[in-house]
Parts: sequence; C-alpha cells; structure tokens
Amino acid sequence: MGSILLENVSKAFGEAVIIPSIDLDISDGEFVVFVGPSGCGKSTLLRLIAGLEDVSGGRILIDGSDMTGTPPARRRLAMVFQSYALYPHMSVRGNIAFPLKMAGENREVIERKVTDAARVLNLTDYLDRKPGQLSGGQRQRVAIGRAIVREPGAFLFDEPLSNLDAALRVAMRLEISQLHQHLKRTMIYVTHDQVEAMTMADKIVVLNAGKIEQVGSPLELYRSPHNLFVAGFIGSPKMNFVNGIEAEKLGAATVGVRPEHITLSTSDGLWEGEVGVAEHLGSDTFLHIEVKDVGQLTARVGGEFTVRPGDKLFISPDRDRLHRFNEKGAAF
Amino acid sequence: MARAASTRRKAVFTIIGWVAGLAVFFPILWTFLTSFKTEGTAIATPPQFLFFEWTLENYATVQERSNYMRHMTNSIVMSVGSTLIGLLIAIPAAWAMAFAPTRRTKDILMWMLSTKMLPAVGVLVPIYLIFRDWGLLDSLAGLTGVLVMVNLPIIVWMLYTYFREIPGDILEAARMDGASLRNEIIYVLTPMAVPGIASTMLLSIILAWNEAFWTLNLTASEAAPLTAFIAAYSSPEGLFWAKLSAASTLAIAPILILGWFAQRQLVRGLTFGAVK
Repeated sequence: MGSILLENVSKAFGEAVIIPSIDLDISDGEFVVFVGPSGCGKSTLLRLIAGLEDVSGGRILIDGSDMTGTPPARRRLAMVFQSYALYPHMSVRGNIAFPLKMAGENREVIERKVTDAARVLNLTDYLDRKPGQLSGGQRQRVAIGRAIVREPGAFLFDEPLSNLDAALRVAMRLEISQLHQHLKRTMIYVTHDQVEAMTMADKIVVLNAGKIEQVGSPLELYRSPHNLFVAGFIGSPKMNFVNGIEAEKLGAATVGVRPEHITLSTSDGLWEGEVGVAEHLGSDTFLHIEVKDVGQLTARVGGEFTVRPGDKLFISPDRDRLHRFNEKGAAF
Repeated sequence: MARAASTRRKAVFTIIGWVAGLAVFFPILWTFLTSFKTEGTAIATPPQFLFFEWTLENYATVQERSNYMRHMTNSIVMSVGSTLIGLLIAIPAAWAMAFAPTRRTKDILMWMLSTKMLPAVGVLVPIYLIFRDWGLLDSLAGLTGVLVMVNLPIIVWMLYTYFREIPGDILEAARMDGASLRNEIIYVLTPMAVPGIASTMLLSIILAWNEAFWTLNLTASEAAPLTAFIAAYSSPEGLFWAKLSAASTLAIAPILILGWFAQRQLVRGLTFGAVK
C-alpha cells in the first residue's frame, strides 16, 4: 500500500546541488522522520517524493512502480504543509471534501467520509466555518482531515507543527502518533526538532548537507551514533564533546558523553570543575560546569540539586557509555 | 504644539487635495454645463458659468441625428467582450509567470510592457491593411480583437502582481489533492484571486471604453462605439460645442457611474502590491 524506494535520487537547482545522491527504503506502514538542521535538504527530499519538485537524477518507486515522472496528483500521496495551505475561500467541509471532489466521488460518499473525518478529528462543530475563523491547532487538524479522506498510500508531513505554540505542539504530536497507530499507513514526517523525531518515529533519517548521515530507530541513534554529527544532533541537552589531551587519555580523538551519563561528586572524580549556570526544571537539573583543559560540560541530574554558581564539583563520565570518535569524526 | 502644527498641515494638505481634485474634475464639469447651453452661450466671452438659460435642446438634436443606443451597445460589447477574452488568455498566462517562472519570465513581462511604449500609430498601416484584406473593417469582432491585444499586457501584468501574493503552498496542496491544472485554476486560484480579477476587469473595461485611436480608425458606422459618436460632433464644418458636449456627457456617463460605484475596487487594484 505505501512502500517507497529511493534509488540514487539527486536534486540540483541550477549550479546548487541540494541532494547529491540518496538511497532509502521505506516500508509500508512505517513512521519515518527526516530530521536535520535547516537547509539540509529534508524538505526538498519530501517534495521530490511528493512530486512537487522534479528529480535531477535517480528513481522514485512507490509500491514497486516507477513514479519518478508521475504528477503529484497521481502518486496517491497526501501532504500536510507547514503553513496548513487550506483553501481560504472554502469552508472546513469544502476543504476536507476537495480531494474527494477531485477524485469524482459521488455526493453521498463525500458527505459520509467528511463526516467521519470530522468526527475523528473533533471538527464536527466547525464544518461550516472558514479557515480564517479557526485556531492554529484546528487549522492543522483540517489539513490532516483533508489528507486522510483520500485514504492515500502514504502521508507526507512538512514540519506541520512549527507554527503552533509549545503546548499545542506536544498535544498534536500525540494526535499524529495516535493517527498513525489507528490508520497503520506509511507516514513521512519532516522536522528540525529532534524531540519530535525521537518521540514519533519508527525510523529516523538524519540528514546533513543533502546526505544521509544515519538511518535507524530512535534508540539506535541515541545509543550508537555513527558519527559526531548524529551524536550531537540526537539527544537533548546535546552530547558533550571532549577533545585534546583529555580525550587522548580516554583513547580517542574526540570523546562524547551525554549529560545524563555523568556522575557528580563533591569529593572525587575524573575531572574537577566549577559550576556556571544551573537550570532547575523540577524534574531535572541541568548544570553547566566549566572544567579546566576540557571546556564547558553539561550535566543532567535527576530531581532537584542544590548548588550555587562557583561551587566546585568532581565529574566522572560513565566509562561504559562513552562515545569514541576518530580524527574524521566517525565512531569506533 | 505638535498637535496644532499637525492640524495646520492637515488643513494645507486638504486644501491642496481639493484644488487638485477640482482641477482634474473641472473639464468634466464644464462639458456637463456646456451641454445645457445654446450654441451661442457655449462660445460666449466671458464664459458663463451657471447663470444662463438651461436647455435640453442639444440632447434632443443629438438623439435625432444619431443612434445613441447603437453606439452604446457597441461600446458595451467591445469593452466587456475584449475584457472577457483578455481574462481568458491572461489568467493562465499570469499563472504560468507567477507560479512556474523560468529565467526568461521577467524578459517576457518587460517585452509585453514594451509593446505599450510603442506609439499605436506605428502599426496603424499594417493593421489597417490586415483589416481591409480580411474584411474586418467596421466590424465588432475585429475591433474587439484589437482591443484584446491592446489591453492584454496590462491585464497580464495586473493579474501577475495579484497572483504573486497568493501562497504557492495552497496551489501545491491542490495538486497533492488530485486537482488537474485546469481544476487548480478554476477551483483554487481564481476564487482566491477574485478581488484582483475584479479590479483588473474594471480597469480593462474602462480602458477599452475610452480607447479612441483604434475605434476611430477602424470603424465607420456599423461598429462605431461611443468614442466615434463623440468625434462625429467635432466636425470641420463648424464648431458645435454644445452638441459635442452633450454627446460627450452621454458617452462618459455610463463609465463614470460604473467607476464611481467601483472606486474602492479600482483604487485597491491600482495600488495593489505597492504596500504589503
């Protein structure tokens, strides 16, 4: 129903090469997240799959058939845009019904499917409103409704939650995950937010400068990042990197240690440092500690941790959870 | 103090505005007044402003001597017809330029505009000859065609500016939703651009209504619109100021009334895109 295969796909706009060459296999029913910093080509890759951009080279296979040159309307994919992209002159009902109308469905079928979608998405009371009269979260739900009524082979989400406030983002994240469990359809989701990637994905594709850095499940990427880029990108707060002589003592060009894999002590430890800023979140405390010859390290301590700026602390990374990287930044 | 100064400034600007407005309106007012004078008072020195003997005689004569309704119908057919045909060509053209631009799009737009910089008389002879050979002289079809060509660059330009303001995402969403190019334009682009299309339409109708060069040169009687009707009263045999004014008043009245009711749309149309 919704397997997608990319073979040697490349894209260039004139001289500027956005995606040199990508191979990727997405199985039917998978929730795949493309994540990476802005400008890494993740949205472009999604648009290539959608057919909104033409590839410069390579092939795109959907359910085994070559769709490289097929127009977007005939790829059986639905897309939810960052800007929602609702039709402002149509009511919510008109918006959700639009893809069905384009598919030439008869009136009763359209009415039934629109009603169903509205019920699933809690939009029943808003069917006759125009998009301009809805809140951001409701607009996003209309956009999702418009996508689900077509029963597409796969859903494409292009940073759909970026325009929402933090609380709504968390709620919508959950709704989309539930929708995936309910529909069991392939979803490809683009985001620059690694928390969204970690919480929603079956499989994360980390992109950087148009190249795939690593593909894997959220925990695979967390536990064994292949290189410095993935190590630094996945996980919050960011992994600490130690270079130079202290790293050499631990047997690597660069050593990575996650903030949650640090043991603090007032009496002894590997490194001694001075507390700079302490961020108290209630559930956790993040300490930013300045260590001589090592630089600034971030440590995460569960619960409340009473400490004052300028206090001296001893820091020991958990030896069996260290990440070691060679000069080229690859993990070993 | 600041407030007082700003009030004075406002007063000055208001006066300047009124003076400018009246100066622009004066010829129309004068034409209107003259149309109610006798031929004698019309050329009297010093000119008589309001206190003269009002008469409807000129309107009666004009009605008698020519068929106002036919000229008016011709004007309507030509201006509305050329506008509709123009929109039919310009909407897809502006769509292509706004949403699927190539490296040459700007050049094409400039080239289209450059045709408006050419004096019309420069192509009068070839067009006249084509009209003569194809039997289009003094025909509504021919004239409408010429007006389409004359106004098309402006229609395309205006629509292009409007379309550029429409987020491309929405059209892409339509494409993802299974809309063909035709349906995308009919169901999504056009309804969203209605205000823009309406002001473009109004402007195009007004330009076609007032177009005098081609209408005078390519028509004689059958297809003659209101411009030709006015011109018929500026004859070399003598001055008929009052009758000319009556004909002019009759010719500009419909478009003036349309313009008055549509002024908000028009102003929005002319300044669109200037301020975000």
